Amino acid sequence: MKCQQCDKQAVFHITELETGEVRELHLCEDHARAYLNQSEAAAGTAEEKATGGGISGPLSVAQTADELAVLDQKACPMCGITFFEFRNQGRLGCPHDYVHFEKELEPLVANIHGASEHSGRRPERGAGKGQAALPEGTEELTRVIGLRRSMQEAIACEDYERAREDRDTIRAIEERWLGPARRGPTTPDADGTTHEA
Amino acid sequence: MKLDTLAETVGEWLRGTGPESDIVMSSRVRLARNVPQYPFVSRASEQDRVDVERFLRERIATVPVGSRLEYIDVGRLEEIDRQFLVERQLISREHAEAQGARSVAIDGLEQVSLMINEEDHLRIQCMHSGLDLRGAWEQIRVVDEQIGRVVPFAFHPRWGYLTACPTNVGTGIRVSVMLHLPALVITRQIDKVFRSLHKISLAVRGLYGEGSQAMGDFYQISNQTTLGKTEEELVEQVGDVVPVLIDYERRAREFLVRETQQNVHDQVSRAYGILRTAQTITAEETMQLLSRVRMGVLLGLIGDVSISDINSLLVRTQPAHLQKLRGVELDTKDRNIERARYLRRHFEGGASPAN
Repeated sequence: MKCQQCDKQAVFHITELETGEVRELHLCEDHARAYLNQSEAAAGTAEEKATGGGISGPLSVAQTADELAVLDQKACPMCGITFFEFRNQGRLGCPHDYVHFEKELEPLVANIHGASEHSGRRPERGAGKGQAALPEGTEELTRVIGLRRSMQEAIACEDYERAREDRDTIRAIEERWLGPARRGPTTPDADGTTHEA
Repeated sequence: MKLDTLAETVGEWLRGTGPESDIVMSSRVRLARNVPQYPFVSRASEQDRVDVERFLRERIATVPVGSRLEYIDVGRLEEIDRQFLVERQLISREHAEAQGARSVAIDGLEQVSLMINEEDHLRIQCMHSGLDLRGAWEQIRVVDEQIGRVVPFAFHPRWGYLTACPTNVGTGIRVSVMLHLPALVITRQIDKVFRSLHKISLAVRGLYGEGSQAMGDFYQISNQTTLGKTEEELVEQVGDVVPVLIDYERRAREFLVRETQQNVHDQVSRAYGILRTAQTITAEETMQLLSRVRMGVLLGLIGDVSISDINSLLVRTQPAHLQKLRGVELDTKDRNIERARYLRRHFEGGASPAN
């Protein structure tokens, strides 16, 4: 890939994330250095920012091409999104991405919020039995996303035994965390048809 | 719910009541929430979106706040009806323009609105007239708690509430106030004010726009960060800056009256004159002129119009409202004619011409 500002090979790939807007830059070493110095200078002049608590404005996470190539292929085992896709769209694929890409998201989140730990409200435990509102509930329930994909794959290659296993696991997780009275609104059966719960 | 009957009212945010409502149009708090057993909306399949919508709707209906809401199937609405809900600030433009199963639930007062399958599975919004961030926060806290008892929200001990975009993660809260700042615009101080707001991590947007030019001197101020502070701290962060802005705007208005009385009176009267006599007029020009007249009323330069009147015209002259009130669909050219007609009739009926 060529540098966006000259004919040299682009070796720096920069993702800018600002209030949901995503911008990608591909630059050669010289232009990348100039670009990064410029944003640092801009950040440096606004020292009041720090006293205002929090960081605003465009901030970037730069990686070398090699690091990025490896990182880009890393995919979430639940929803299947790659870090590359996230960088392009600026939207994550599922809640588990925050666990799977925790290391990669750390600098990005710190840049956006000037903080890296939640200190606000926490969900209460649900009033009813088996109600999930707890972190472990989130972890367990996100597995359903991966299992659903696995089940559909199994159906596609006519591996009905695996599909049935996946379906039973999904039901068990949903019953445990969403309450015994119901499954998910619709749970596809192992033969691929959809039933009302 | 019949959307046509809504067109006759103005909804909460334009009621023109509440503290400081001469400058603060409305106060709004929204929370972004997701359920963990489905991918985020942008990665969800069509079936996932249908399932998420039904899961949330059925569960929310079982809690007190949910049982009082009316559901609108946004996915099945005509474009004009979606636009209508955007103009009333009950759904976002993104929600209106999205694909697939999605809905909104609103209460009779139009204070609470729940968007399902916007960027996040659930966006809870509470809007109060005037400056009342506390009240809006207290209300949304209860709504969130009630729904949280029957819906497992995706939550992580370190990251907090998990959202589709990392810019919302943590509290998922967006606290905002809509301000009418005509005097700061006229005295050319508005940019300076906004630059100082950016320095303290607050975002400024125009009415009906994402980062676009503010229409009619209406500006929305909101927090930019959602992680690392408590919800109360973020409510305060926005709340603390509002009295300062109100003070600036009041001083600018006093300055205008003191130093340029004749000039301001002229501008306001011309704006009023155009609104009462134009034969064709765009939505943008209408907003701009209504903004001037609104200031004129507040400065005591126009006596025969009320603020709530102006507020209601602000929304009723928007494209979808205008067409709903007329009962037919109109193209841009015909809308401009109909808008001018609506304004003339409104001012003839309610007010005698000022001298």
